[in-house]
Amino acid sequence: MSDLLAARSQMAVSLAFHIVFAIIGIAMPVMMVLAERRWQVTGHAIYLDLAKRWAKGTAILFAVGAVSGTVLSFELGLLWPRFMAFAGAIIGMPFSLEGFAFFTEAIFLGIYLYGWDRISSRAHLWAGVAVAVSGTASGIFVVIANAWMNAPTGFELVNGQAVNVQPLAAMANAAALSQALHMTLAAYAATGFAVAGIHAFLLLKDPANAFHRRALEIALIVGAPAAVLQPISGDLSARHIAVHQPVKLAAAEALFRTQTGAPLTLGGWPDAAARETRFAVHVPYVLSLLAFHDPHAVVKGLDQVPVSEWPNVRAVHLSFDVMVAAGTYLALVALWTGWLAWRRADLAHNRRLMRALALATPLGFLAVEAGWMVTELGRQPWVIYGVLKTADAVTPMPGLMVPFLTFTLLYCFLGVIVAWLLYRHIIRSPAVPEWREFYMPGGGTRETGKETA
Amino acid sequence: MSLADLVAGVIFVALNAYAVLGGADFGGGVWDLLALGPRKARQRELIAEAIGPVWEANHVWLILAIVLLFTCFPPAFARLGTRLHIPLSLVLIGIVLRGSAFTFWRYGADEEQRNWGMVFAIASLMTPLLLGTTAGAIASGAVGDGGWGSGDFYGTYVAPWLNPFALSVGMFALIAFAFLAAVYLTLEARDREVREDFRRRALASGVGLFLAAVVVLLLSLNRAPRVREGLIFAAWAVPLHLLTAAAAITALVALWARRWRVARVAAAAQVSLILWGWALSQYPYILPPDLSIANAAAPAATLRLVLAALVAGAVLLLPSLYYLFRIFKMGNPSSVNRHP
Ligand code: HDD
Ligand code: HEM
Ligand code: HEM
Repeated sequence: MSDLLAARSQMAVSLAFHIVFAIIGIAMPVMMVLAERRWQVTGHAIYLDLAKRWAKGTAILFAVGAVSGTVLSFELGLLWPRFMAFAGAIIGMPFSLEGFAFFTEAIFLGIYLYGWDRISSRAHLWAGVAVAVSGTASGIFVVIANAWMNAPTGFELVNGQAVNVQPLAAMANAAALSQALHMTLAAYAATGFAVAGIHAFLLLKDPANAFHRRALEIALIVGAPAAVLQPISGDLSARHIAVHQPVKLAAAEALFRTQTGAPLTLGGWPDAAARETRFAVHVPYVLSLLAFHDPHAVVKGLDQVPVSEWPNVRAVHLSFDVMVAAGTYLALVALWTGWLAWRRADLAHNRRLMRALALATPLGFLAVEAGWMVTELGRQPWVIYGVLKTADAVTPMPGLMVPFLTFTLLYCFLGVIVAWLLYRHIIRSPAVPEWREFYMPGGGTRETGKETA
Repeated sequence: MSLADLVAGVIFVALNAYAVLGGADFGGGVWDLLALGPRKARQRELIAEAIGPVWEANHVWLILAIVLLFTCFPPAFARLGTRLHIPLSLVLIGIVLRGSAFTFWRYGADEEQRNWGMVFAIASLMTPLLLGTTAGAIASGAVGDGGWGSGDFYGTYVAPWLNPFALSVGMFALIAFAFLAAVYLTLEARDREVREDFRRRALASGVGLFLAAVVVLLLSLNRAPRVREGLIFAAWAVPLHLLTAAAAITALVALWARRWRVARVAAAAQVSLILWGWALSQYPYILPPDLSIANAAAPAATLRLVLAALVAGAVLLLPSLYYLFRIFKMGNPSSVNRHP
């Protein structure tokens, strides 16, 4: 493994690890606050239990998110010093703003987690709102920085140096809106469906369990609307890269030849050497239609650039298909759920829906990881699209294999422990639920399908 | 004072805040490791309670400093990342293990609690040591040579930090953090016995800090000429030394006399003054011996925007921080008990 490959792999592992905690950190506080609010309005202890459990989960995940994010901030310099020397002054601004968002988030999370008995309930709820808002803001800021790598602006290039730097113009880059929107929705969709899926799975065994029913409702309120909007926002992203990063779109669609009336390529096994995709389903005209809203539009293929500037077509195409497949599934399940809810059906007793939701548990996260592979691998060989090659940005330090393996092992270890802790403390049904007595005056009797307040 | 100097000062303020707040959280880990005697469990409990609500916020000071550094002084950040790749990677591993172990410890099941406590404590020991070592490497002027390094692997990536001076600064940082933690914990303790435990620890580490300072100074004589020059001959040197000495003595005397609040302020002031002594001694260089603040600075447009953002951010953050510390660090919990 070359040093460059080791550096790229270390960056990829660190980001793929961090993003899991980051999106949970964006969406989980929203659920927590919704549960707490319901508790305040209805007085049902079950919601308080829910809010507290989710807060506990958020605490564990936030800690890992914070430390893995710290690793990333340093890694920008440890692995890509020449990238940072060039770009720091241009895109440092969103990172600085992100720093403030983190600060706000960390402060109010501390207040939220440890302040249940120390501040008024109104102040406590607002602390939760502050966590939710600043979590979303930090996600948006960092994605703006990434969008700049895809659509660099706000500077002039003179002899390889950036001059006339305008950080605000850099933040307002062409990719910022589509990426930030898509990412924020992704966070809500992925987390919402993951939580809903877990509770749906548990409801399959115990459909009357009021705890899981309430959790499912709140998770779906957060996840379902986002999942429905996600394909629309994805279309916006696709149309953006069709214009600004045609090579990325060509790789995502495994489109080797520039053509009019380009077909949509589903699945298959792209073979870059032979310039064809075997075993794929081609749907004529649809790519032109999707990318430019015109079935006869010209879509640029990979033949527009020399082979040395191709990204890894196979990885980008397959990642793209995974994301779109997952996105389609989530959107359909969300629509189905919405329809049932509108007809006031009892969701928890609909076993087919519960199975479909349980199946969706990992799909949002899978889509997020796959989507980032499209964005990041699809940008290669550039780290700053059209400006700086990844190979020219890497640190001169040799032996990068060692840190790569070390951090990978560390993250595997942490991942296992986090999963286990969450299982033990958050996901498992409440063992001796205090709320049962409070909530069901009859004692041992379980709730029946229709709930009484 | 130029715009760049101003931003560099702000970065140093963030580092200072990290040292006196986050540093004490590391120090808490050290005392967790060294918890002794019949009140071992109560000492550990107090440490966990004191750190719990604030460590995330305290940790962000470091992130703020790093982010400001790469935004406003990109070449300095690039050079640090290259030449100090190894100790910084180790610092990161320490930060990851400490932060997650602390949380796992708090939320883990009873049987495995002590193992996490152990990881937390050892990481708390290793990280300040290495952080201090990187600071020592910078102060000694070993991160020079245009940054990309020349010579063999050892000379470029190892020698700058694996040397007696840098390591002595690491040791100094470790003791300073432990000292801060012990002093703060005397104030946090609810029962007298535990408070006395930490008073003894604070006094001992206060003396240790003095000894460590002497070692650093002696080693600086031929390892860090710039620091030595600054600390001994500059115009500000004598007043600064006097102030630092006054703070140090006040801290010890206050501990002796059980004036906990005074001790806390004096200890924080002492550590801050030492840090500013370092900063002043290497001014105008950000990475001595060759990279000055002015040469490393980002374009003025960036600096101006960052300063504007800092002002706006401070307006938002300072009241929030005050609120956080007021809730958890001042007086007894107000009992707005909201449970049925
Ligand atoms: C829940 C997650 C999720 C779901 C369901 C989808 N995506 Fe996505 N997608 C992401 C999560 C994501 C992401 C991880 O958030 C990315 C990576 C970078 C970004 O901005 O968003 C992304 C990137 C991304 C890009 C590349 C943007 C760029 O590089 O600038 C395109 C073209 C799409 N998506 C298109 C789609 C389409 C057409 C979808 C239809 C179903 C879709 N995505 C569903
Ligand atoms: C798309 C990618 C990313 C998103 C959406 C994202 C979002 C977030 C969020 C929401 C948090 C809050 C912590 C949590 O809830 O777990 C966080 C933490 C953090 N992230 Fe990321 N992040 C991303 C990538 C990055 C990158 C590339 C860096 C650095 C270069 C970074 C640096 C950090 C840091 C330093 C923290 C810790 C903040 C703290 O201590 O509170 N993140 N991130
Ligand atoms: C959190 C979601 C993200 C994931 C999963 C992700 C994934 C990846 C992957 C797979 C690579 C390696 C690409 C390759 O070299 O083949 C990479 C590289 C990189 N990413 Fe991302 N990325 C994410 C977000 C970001 C963000 C928000 C930023 C910065 C603002 C960023 C900055 C970089 C940099 C600087 C590199 C190294 C240079 C390069 O390979 O192009 N990434 N990322």
